[in-house]
Amino acid sequence: MVLVLSLLVFAWLRALPGGPASALLGDRGTEESRAALSKQLGLDQPIFVQYFRFLGRALTGNFGNSTGVQPGDSVVDIFLQRFPATIELSVLAILIAIAVGIPLGYLAARRRGGLFDNFSVGASLIGVAVPVFFLAYLLKYVFATKLGWLPSLGRQAGDIDATRVTGFFVLDGILTQEWDAAWDAFVHLLLPAVALATIPFAVIFRITRAAVLDVLNEDYVRTAESKGLLGTVIRRRHVLRNAMLPVVTTIGLQIGALLAGAVLTEKVFGFSGVGEALALGFERRDYPVLQMFILVAAIVYVLVNLLVDLSYALVDPRIRTR
Amino acid sequence: MALLEVRDLSVVFERKGEQPFTAVDKVSFDVEPGQTVGLVGESGCGKSVTSLAIMGLLPRRGAKVSGSVRFEGANLLDLSDKEMRDRRGRDLGMVFQDPLTSLNPVIPIGLQVTEVLERHRDMPRKKAMVEAAELLDKVGIPDPTRRLSEYPHQLSGGMRQRALIAIALACRPRLLIADEPTTALDVTIQAQILALLKELVRDMGTALVMITHDLGVVAGLCDEVNVLYAGRVVEKAQRHELFGQPRHPYTYGLLSSIPRLDAPRGEKLVPIKGSVADNIPWTQGCAFAPRCPNALDVCVNVTPAQEDIGGGRLLRCHNPVRPEVAEEVTTA
Ligand SMILES: Nc1ncnc2c1ncn2[C@@H]1O[C@H](COP(=O)(O)OP(=O)(O)OP(=O)(O)O)[C@@H](O)[C@H]1O
Ligand SMILES: [Mg+2]
Repeated sequence: MVLVLSLLVFAWLRALPGGPASALLGDRGTEESRAALSKQLGLDQPIFVQYFRFLGRALTGNFGNSTGVQPGDSVVDIFLQRFPATIELSVLAILIAIAVGIPLGYLAARRRGGLFDNFSVGASLIGVAVPVFFLAYLLKYVFATKLGWLPSLGRQAGDIDATRVTGFFVLDGILTQEWDAAWDAFVHLLLPAVALATIPFAVIFRITRAAVLDVLNEDYVRTAESKGLLGTVIRRRHVLRNAMLPVVTTIGLQIGALLAGAVLTEKVFGFSGVGEALALGFERRDYPVLQMFILVAAIVYVLVNLLVDLSYALVDPRIRTR
Repeated sequence: MALLEVRDLSVVFERKGEQPFTAVDKVSFDVEPGQTVGLVGESGCGKSVTSLAIMGLLPRRGAKVSGSVRFEGANLLDLSDKEMRDRRGRDLGMVFQDPLTSLNPVIPIGLQVTEVLERHRDMPRKKAMVEAAELLDKVGIPDPTRRLSEYPHQLSGGMRQRALIAIALACRPRLLIADEPTTALDVTIQAQILALLKELVRDMGTALVMITHDLGVVAGLCDEVNVLYAGRVVEKAQRHELFGQPRHPYTYGLLSSIPRLDAPRGEKLVPIKGSVADNIPWTQGCAFAPRCPNALDVCVNVTPAQEDIGGGRLLRCHNPVRPEVAEEVTTA
């Protein structure tokens, strides 16, 4: 499967108009200088030759060097250096989405048709409809530029000299007990994470609400009521537990979709993660970076869904025993 | 004093932009301690709504309940949510129609039994587990200790209904309401479940309200029978009297549409013609009139009152089946 993916990614990238040579040289490049650069990059070869070269090197862990994002640097190094940033951002974003989406979805279902329900359903509709980059700019403008509450760019303020251990800035700060660094890194995460969380939040909210509404009408909830159980027990044990089944699947899908959002969000907030590299990679037609990053993203996506399937089995005994 | 006294119980559903719909219309009946009372009628006549109203399980919004439901003297309709929760599961148990959907699919059977014991009998989890195994054993589930840790999908439909009966009877309620407990099961299992219910209520001295559309169930189980039509009781009688001499044309029709083994070959079953869709509202006349073979002009113009026809029997009909004719359908 990974092989098929790699082929698809490879072919798709080559099909994009414009090449690294023109991107690197810009409009000033002559026909000759372009050809020379292409040759130097091995792009004059037939595409399948290029693919097998790429594959052969990839199998040994060599994905080549960047041509546009950080020219000359090894793609693997660039990835390793940026990956923790994106993970930090995504984890915080999905946590926000879950922590806000599930309780609100549950409340909206309980007060179905009420003011709160209508308001939050409306808000969640806007949440999915507004483009991420627009929201990101808006947040940045209001909270960073206008109010000045939060930083607008980067992962860490320049005047903080933090020790790096793992590359996860918040974690580093905690490990080294450099609390100011940890806090500063966290504050830098907030705006991009909120922007990134919007869509998953809206989706999780809506799925939770719909699932709770469904479950409230189930016969087993009526059975639970007929036993005279306390409201809290019915809600936790009987309603929420069942309503979580579709929500778990949704969370998995949303984690997968986060990367797309991360490309835009990281770009807006100058957050040097994988997403930003991808965005730059597209602008500069940096094939080595794009190839590896997209491939890894696809693999991560597959792994996340595998994890989701496994955790689904944890909550649903019908899948466990079959 | 009766254990349960239902008086003029009415349930009106209010629906947005539509006429309010009266699903249960001034229904009255009594249940003595240990007695089994049947509520019989075809689909949609208000049987389930009646039982949910007694249990206080109707949706709070959209359903208007009036009349009174006295249980050991206290009107259940006046109780607070908390007081009702204290009684449900402890004094009043209920078994529902569909065992496949009435158990929570994601928690083990054991917990679904023990949670009611923990709630009403203050049992610690361990002790409740032992008790739960005994309960499952009592309702005829083999290997009960292993079953406690299994999930509903691992049990057959019949087993699940047994488990639900165990849950409903866990706290030895004085009243059990069974709403078509066998409808979703196949015939041999139906008979087993009915036999089980009969045995359990006898042993525990539990009163039973048996809801069914199946007169066969009534014949085997009930002391007294209320026949419901379109939300009203149209005939009430002791079981043997009802089966020996059905007076309401609807009851008569129900009984003659049951196949009989001893019927002469070639004798046709007489189904009740039409459907509930033909009903006229009770406020105008007799709801059954459009389908009734005995209907007179008066039936579509004047609402029949409920009359006492002696022997503890009640009847709501302008032109009942004559006793001589009625005796011919005797099946039980
Ligand atoms: N929540 C509700 N809102 C509106 N109408 C309802 C509601 N519940 C029941 N009804 C209506 O009340 C009437 C009686 O329903 P009920 O469920 O009591 O029938 P039943 O006698 O139990 O039938 P069955 O044999 O099919 O179970 C039906 O016409 C039904 O449509
Ligand atoms: Mg029903």
